Amino acid sequence: MIHIEVLGPGCANCKRLEQVTKEAVAAAGVEAEVVHVIDYGEIMARGVLSTPGLVIDGRVVSVGRVPSAKEIAGWLAPV
Amino acid sequence: MTTLPVRRVGHVRVPFWLVVGTSAVAWLVAWFTILPLSQWLAFDVLRLEPGSATGESVAFFLFDLPKVLLLLAGVVTLVSFLRSFVSPERVRRALAGRNVVAGTAAAAGFGIITPFCSCSAVPLFIGFVEAGVPLGVTFAFLVSAPMVNEIALVLLWGLFGPTIAIAYLVAGLLVAMGAGLVVGRLRLERYVEPYVYQIHTGAPIEMRLTMEQRLRDAWAATRQIVRRVAPWVAIGIGIGALIHGYAPTDLVVAIGGRDNPLAVPLVVMLGVPLYANAAGMIPIVEALLGKGIPVGTVLAFMMAVTALSIPELLILRRVMRRQLIAAFVVVVAAGILAVGTLFNVLFA
Repeated sequence: MIHIEVLGPGCANCKRLEQVTKEAVAAAGVEAEVVHVIDYGEIMARGVLSTPGLVIDGRVVSVGRVPSAKEIAGWLAPV
Repeated sequence: MTTLPVRRVGHVRVPFWLVVGTSAVAWLVAWFTILPLSQWLAFDVLRLEPGSATGESVAFFLFDLPKVLLLLAGVVTLVSFLRSFVSPERVRRALAGRNVVAGTAAAAGFGIITPFCSCSAVPLFIGFVEAGVPLGVTFAFLVSAPMVNEIALVLLWGLFGPTIAIAYLVAGLLVAMGAGLVVGRLRLERYVEPYVYQIHTGAPIEMRLTMEQRLRDAWAATRQIVRRVAPWVAIGIGIGALIHGYAPTDLVVAIGGRDNPLAVPLVVMLGVPLYANAAGMIPIVEALLGKGIPVGTVLAFMMAVTALSIPELLILRRVMRRQLIAAFVVVVAAGILAVGTLFNVLFA
């Protein structure tokens, strides 16, 4: 079970990232839960200054941009 | 099953530099053919009379719409690409520990190019405060970022020429710097929500991106922006085309014209609660200028609409007390008023 967090206060890009992430999860066929973190304190604690941020299993993989579903799928693949 | 947007020709993946090169060439070709093409369409295909009101209106529209859209696509791609190198983390490092005047000027300047929507205002604010960036400098950035925007700058340049574009740039920077210096002087730090000082920020994370990622992101941003802005631009140019072909009416001039000394305060009061993206303001600017409203009044309206908005204030309210928000609104509105009035005098 992969734990994915979308960090962002709920702006357009954050919603788009959540959507793209869900697409990537579905396409990769992995089991994952996607959580949207909106608390500023928590976002900042991860060192994310520019939203949206994407966290996979506790590791920040992207900040300040909306990666493509393909890119996200690449991060989801078991290392 | 969701399909992934993977672009393939047969099974050979087209090299990325080839896609970029071809797009650049296509852009240039389009740029140089739209004028003859629009003339040909208006006067040969549609058989409109050159010099007639209808003919000139249609030709203007057919030329201006692709021109502005091309300009928009080209510049947004370029700027999005360039600014993938300017992260808030970098700006924060550059602003911390500068003296107030230099810091305020730098912050206002950074505001032009940094990626910024009002939702990232709060993380930025917290990050800046925590890094020891003075409150006034942070404010200069918060004002400049939404207001002075490269898309608006390009559209103003393309549609109204360099004078208005540069006037807008200078006006925006003046307001942002003035607001920053005044807020810095007022010592309002105590009106920042106390919890902001307690948030513990993790070490700022920066990602290394490849050229291809940067270019792809830039292109994605461009498609999104052009799609959002295109209808506005079309409306604006449509109005412009009507004005271009037919005689301008001066109905609005009585209210917004030079003879009404209350015009600037009026448009500022009208603009503050309204919000539109700077690019969405362009058609309105076009219409107002076409009606003969002076430049300072039009720019004041545009700045009031873009710089201050209720949604952004609500977001900022999470980190600032009411007093600080009020100071922010008053200082920025006063700055816009001053700059608008000044420009009306300068361009009289």
